[in-house]
Amino acid sequence: MKSIILTTASRTLLPLLILFSVFVLLRGHYLPGGGFIGGLIASIAFILHAFANGLKKSRFLLRIHPGFLIPTGLLLALGSAIVPIIFEGLPMMTGVWYPETLPVIGKVGSALFFDTGVYFVVIGVCLTIIFTISEQA
Amino acid sequence: MSTLLFVILSSFLFGLLLFAIGQKSFRRITWFASLLPVSLFFYFLSYLTGTSTGEVFDSSIEWVPSLDINFDFRIDGLATLFTLLITGIGSLVFIYTIKYLKGHRHLMRFYAYLSIFMGAMLGLVTANNLITLFIFWELTSISSFFLIGFNNTDRSSRKSAITALSITGLGGLSLLAFAVLLGTLTGTYTISEMLQHPAVFSEHPYSTYLLIFLFLAAFTKSAQFPFHFWLPGAMKAPTPVSTYLHSATMVKAGIYLLLRFSPHFSMNEYFHLILLVFGGFTMLYAAFHTLFRTDLKGILAYSTIGALGIIVFLLGIGTALSITAAIVFIIVHALYKASLFLVTGTIDHQTGTRDITKLGGLRKFLLPLSIAGLLAAISSAGIPPSIGFLGKDLIYESTLHSPYSSLLTTTAVITNIFMVFAGFAVGWKPFAGQVPSTIETVKKPHFILWLAPLMLAVTGIIFGIFPGIIDHLFVTGITDQLSSGTAPHLKLWHGFTFILVLSAITIAGGLLIYKFWKISHKKERAIHRLENISPKNILLQTANYFEQFAYFLTRVFQNGYLRRYVMILLVLLTIVFGVHIFINPRIFLSLKEIRGLEISEIVVCLIMVLSILYTVFTKSRLSAIAGMGVLGYSMCFIFLFYSAPDLAMTQFSIDTLTVILFVLVLYRLPKYLKLSNSTNRIRDGIIATSFGTFLAFTIIEIMNETPLKTTTAFYAENAYELAKGKNIVNVILVDFRGFDTMIEITVLSIAAIGVFALLKLYLKKHEK
Repeated sequence: MKSIILTTASRTLLPLLILFSVFVLLRGHYLPGGGFIGGLIASIAFILHAFANGLKKSRFLLRIHPGFLIPTGLLLALGSAIVPIIFEGLPMMTGVWYPETLPVIGKVGSALFFDTGVYFVVIGVCLTIIFTISEQA
Repeated sequence: MSTLLFVILSSFLFGLLLFAIGQKSFRRITWFASLLPVSLFFYFLSYLTGTSTGEVFDSSIEWVPSLDINFDFRIDGLATLFTLLITGIGSLVFIYTIKYLKGHRHLMRFYAYLSIFMGAMLGLVTANNLITLFIFWELTSISSFFLIGFNNTDRSSRKSAITALSITGLGGLSLLAFAVLLGTLTGTYTISEMLQHPAVFSEHPYSTYLLIFLFLAAFTKSAQFPFHFWLPGAMKAPTPVSTYLHSATMVKAGIYLLLRFSPHFSMNEYFHLILLVFGGFTMLYAAFHTLFRTDLKGILAYSTIGALGIIVFLLGIGTALSITAAIVFIIVHALYKASLFLVTGTIDHQTGTRDITKLGGLRKFLLPLSIAGLLAAISSAGIPPSIGFLGKDLIYESTLHSPYSSLLTTTAVITNIFMVFAGFAVGWKPFAGQVPSTIETVKKPHFILWLAPLMLAVTGIIFGIFPGIIDHLFVTGITDQLSSGTAPHLKLWHGFTFILVLSAITIAGGLLIYKFWKISHKKERAIHRLENISPKNILLQTANYFEQFAYFLTRVFQNGYLRRYVMILLVLLTIVFGVHIFINPRIFLSLKEIRGLEISEIVVCLIMVLSILYTVFTKSRLSAIAGMGVLGYSMCFIFLFYSAPDLAMTQFSIDTLTVILFVLVLYRLPKYLKLSNSTNRIRDGIIATSFGTFLAFTIIEIMNETPLKTTTAFYAENAYELAKGKNIVNVILVDFRGFDTMIEITVLSIAAIGVFALLKLYLKKHEK
């Protein structure tokens, strides 16, 4: 599927879509969005790139095997769940929040890290499945 | 950590440690393994001074306090008796095995299993929490499975192990049911506290179920008819295992359970009656069967079943006297039976056969062993001055003082006559008479191989001469604890009484059978013809039918075709919805509440209908997928119109990915073929349409219900306050129900790994 229009567009679309996915992830706590949708958007971005430029280039762009994102995300989510136990002596998954409000992002707390974990797992799962299947095709 | 918990866990830790040490290094330190049971023996001995006077030692560690499941341990008289049996006989078995299995490839594994078993058994008899007891109970079944199947290259060993595991596992399930039911009825899992609810055990309507569950658990574990057959099969295990598990300890776990709960059930008349019937029948049946076995261990297996039957029978009589008799008989049996098993083991080890028809005159070669065998046989026959005499006296005394004295006494006498025969057949026959021509010479065994059984046999005689020892240490205390009556004091000589006459008849009868009955293979084969109607065959056949039925069911419902699964699910749901709507139609649409449709909504609905029709009737696969995609995107609009942007976004992304996945998969498939005929297509169409229709009806019905507002209100109120978020959906996902999300992403990861592994392995196979 070599199409000049798609190839050219994907070069611009990839960073834009990824940026958008991060945006969706970050705003999730206040407005529609979140880690799951963000992860799906990011995976679509990469899949679009793969369609336009071939799987090899996308893999090169990603540097690591998408499978590695799965444990990374799981660890991040698990970490955010047990941090309250270790540092605050609170039950598992208690929300811990940074008192100040940061510019752009808003309030930062363990829930955000948890959502980021979900984000990575979703990207990892989608890309692993689709890359593996399209390698076959 | 309390000392007691550590002591019990030490056996498990030791077992695991052995696996860490490894086979090679273990061989050099085999002796070291025996230190464990020996030191445990002395540890539990230290409790004896207290428990013999009725003191109890409690120890408790919280485990799952919210469910009332804790590591509660209680050492009382009964527990001490069993712990001493477990560690005492355990010590001898550990030491005996060093020489018995010398140089075996899996010696280390054997000791590891044995230690784990010992720990489980100790936990079982000291646990004061019913759930904890259940866990240890199951651990004994599992470790027994490994020990029976220890010769894992032998097919029949493995089969016996599985039979034993399924029978005792059945009992384990029943014990769990007993525990949960009892816990619910009394409100506690602590065994000693349950005593405060006597009504539950005798008057409550569920007390019948309690009895059934308890008996199923105890009878399977303690090999009572009709579950006895796993025990002769379990004799495939190496002899030390048979000695330890299948005569002295594990099979007594069922007895222990009955003893432990006999105070609870003391007012329940059926408790005693059922025990009496099953115990009585088992002991007669098993004792009679000893006549027809040619394998020494086969005889021992049946005489063990018989002995267990006697104990159950004694518990069934239910007087203080009979409980004393049961306690004494447990000690008697453990001592002589373990000794006979070890004697058999040594004979097998030195001559290579256990066939009683091929053995004889071994006293010429194995003199010390023959003494051990003879003393054990004497104790088993109940000839004075052994402790066996005492045990038998007490049995007769209890039957004579019971309601149906003549019937029970006759049963007991007949059983004991056969038991006398069995004891001598195993303990003395191989040593007596002429050396058969097949045996030329027998090597002298290592001294441990005769010392261990001799020690047990001699202990039996010592206890017989000085019955005061066990009387003070065990019998009085335990009888007081388990029954309301007072225990009789043990004496070897009661004077010339009717009981003495019965004893004499028993011994004379047994010896006469021993003298004139010729054990032969012909007789063994004759009794095997009855095998077809034996409980073993009936149960195995039932299991077989069950397996066939399961196979049939799986073939019908889970044939591996995705379309079949989807069809079954949809049909089932359609039936459920349909029946529900048919029985209880509550569907009404008030047209007033429906606002007018807007033009955009009509357009979207029209697109949806068209795309569905297009998907169904198109001839090309790719177009069908495109049609599905259009349908999905139209659905996003619907979500948007009804203010669910989250859903719309997710639907949009998911739909995109689904279409891509479909395209990727279909790319590899051949051109569109008409794989299903028109009948199938019509059938599928009907199923799909009716499912959709009923689903729609159900949704309309749900809309009519007044929704439960409290949950929504809770989230709406607390989302910002507690979780600092304004998007309730997201707050629920990452905070309120965050743990669910955690599990979900884990499942997602597993799915990805599954796809990856399946396809990659498939590729690799093809590349080769």
